[in-house]
Amino acid sequence: MKLLTANRLIDGEAVWLGEDDLWVETIDQAVVAHTKDEEVRLSAVGLMSLNNNEVVDVNLIDVELVDGEIRPIRLRERIRAAGPTTHLHFGKQARPQEAANG
Amino acid sequence: MYRYDEFDHAFVKERVAQFKDQVERRLAGDLTEDQFKPLRLMNGVYLQLHAYMLRIAIPYGTLSPRQLRMLAHIARNYDKGYGHFTTRQNIQFNWPALGDIPEILELLASVEMHAIQTSGNCIRNVTADHFSGAAADEVADPRPYAEILRQWSTVHPEFSYLPRKFKIAVTGAERDRAAVQVHDIGLHLKKNEKGELGFAVYIGGGLGRTPMIAKKVRDFLPEEDLLSYTTAILRVYNLNGRRDNKFKARIKILVHETGVEELKAQIEKEFDALKGGELSLPDADIAAIQAYFTPPQLPARPEGEALLAKEAAANAGFADWLRRNLHTHKNPDYAAVTISLKGIGEVPGDASADQMDAIADLAEEFGHDEIRVSHEQNLVLPHVARADLKALFDRLVEIGLATANAGLVTDIIACPGLDYCALANARSIPVAQQISQRFGDQKRQEEIGDLKLKISGCINACGHHHVGHIGILGVEKKGAELYQITLGGSGDENTSIGEIIGRGFGPDEIVDAVETIVETYLRLRDGQDESFIAAYRRVGPAPFKEALYGREAKAA
Repeated sequence: MKLLTANRLIDGEAVWLGEDDLWVETIDQAVVAHTKDEEVRLSAVGLMSLNNNEVVDVNLIDVELVDGEIRPIRLRERIRAAGPTTHLHFGKQARPQEAANG
Repeated sequence: MYRYDEFDHAFVKERVAQFKDQVERRLAGDLTEDQFKPLRLMNGVYLQLHAYMLRIAIPYGTLSPRQLRMLAHIARNYDKGYGHFTTRQNIQFNWPALGDIPEILELLASVEMHAIQTSGNCIRNVTADHFSGAAADEVADPRPYAEILRQWSTVHPEFSYLPRKFKIAVTGAERDRAAVQVHDIGLHLKKNEKGELGFAVYIGGGLGRTPMIAKKVRDFLPEEDLLSYTTAILRVYNLNGRRDNKFKARIKILVHETGVEELKAQIEKEFDALKGGELSLPDADIAAIQAYFTPPQLPARPEGEALLAKEAAANAGFADWLRRNLHTHKNPDYAAVTISLKGIGEVPGDASADQMDAIADLAEEFGHDEIRVSHEQNLVLPHVARADLKALFDRLVEIGLATANAGLVTDIIACPGLDYCALANARSIPVAQQISQRFGDQKRQEEIGDLKLKISGCINACGHHHVGHIGILGVEKKGAELYQITLGGSGDENTSIGEIIGRGFGPDEIVDAVETIVETYLRLRDGQDESFIAAYRRVGPAPFKEALYGREAKAA
């Protein structure tokens, strides 16, 4: 299983390719490629988006589903998806707290 | 400190305008990422895991309060309220938006700062002893020479596309606090028997995947020849350094593969052609730069000692801090003060915008308007009257920066690691935090004494693990973090590269392993005066291997 990830050009925000080929800011909204054909399609969308100057550093990453939730295989990608493990109030992981506080 | 002249101002302003245009063209799609990436890197803009990162140069680690306040302003308004001081005396912001960076650079230019030469295959920010101009043991302030090198190297047309990056460090004392022997060029400012100033010149030191100690190529280079000789070294490197393999492109590999004698002969030949030419430094030019670094007028403050003794007797925390965080100043009424950015369990090198503002205030009130960044990721107020130390300490307590651990096991160097860095293989910061907590008890860490612990999250060694008395290197093995320990490294006048002690440890084991090493040292040391590194050099790795691996070590 793979996902397509990148960083948004304007602000560097980590993003994943979601429904309707739109980049989303949290990994749980990403579209999972289950087959080689789906991977090829995601990569093609990513290349187009790169060429359209929307994102940079486009990569397919390996993921698994754990209790129905997307979990990247590599720690690097888990940290990208959540934020620094040493600053829990920064990065994506801070968002529910922001909502709860807000 | 150095102030920009009209040329500096015009140059930096022009660079900001140029980069602003480049960012606009990139965002408009007129430049591709492949075209833009080298341009952004030339202006200190990296892409990391979560966002862009902006690395700002702090030449030889010297800052004014005005500059530190601007860094606080940027942290607060363009980042997430903090910055990270690095092992190269720079600062990094971890979350700036690309669209904001031209504006940030404009703000930096207004306080005579920039992000040029903080990346790329050029001569990087020149580093120096963080106690320069203050330390009692220095022969002369090395910063004027670092500034001369900075001016000479800034967008130097011949040396802007070197085989690989190039780092120069300068120390002005026998006690090397700038780690000159692990730099591409290390300069040790000294006096000869006639009392003239010059440099011992080292080349080819470095850390990274192939750590090497520099070789001395000149015992005494007259100061007027600084630029001629440096140019000769760079020319030989630029011509002969390898460009076929990024991992073999640093000058250390050239020194190693060519042999120091042969390379030295090539450098001397080049130097002969340059010597006495336009690169010779006239005394007047040196004096003009030195004038910028004239020490502040320090009024006599002899009342300090009596006050200190009284306050220290009444306040154990203050007494601890006096014992650990002061360095002897040239003027006996003064001290150079280390402000530890290594609070117990905190992130090494991080400072909040509020802390930066507060330190700028303290530098104005107590520190004659000077702040330094150390390569050990602390800040320094180099000129504080001993009579003001208690007042300064009280204020540092208020902002959470009075940790009395300079040089102790919790004064850990750690690179950003996998929490931020796109190159990292493992996390560094959480390991540093856990070790800090484990050894956080003041009495215990003082009992252990001087111990330099350095952590890198990948082989590039930004955390200087090779020269840690205890070094930790994070690697990725089968998808998990693994930490390899080296022992016996040192980055001072007795530089040594640490030796790998054995198999690595998982994230849950590494703190225990460090504790085992420290306990082993405490058991075998020859009294409290024998430091960790001295004990290691005396007994070697065997007792530590035995303690860490037991029977396994014997079998091996």
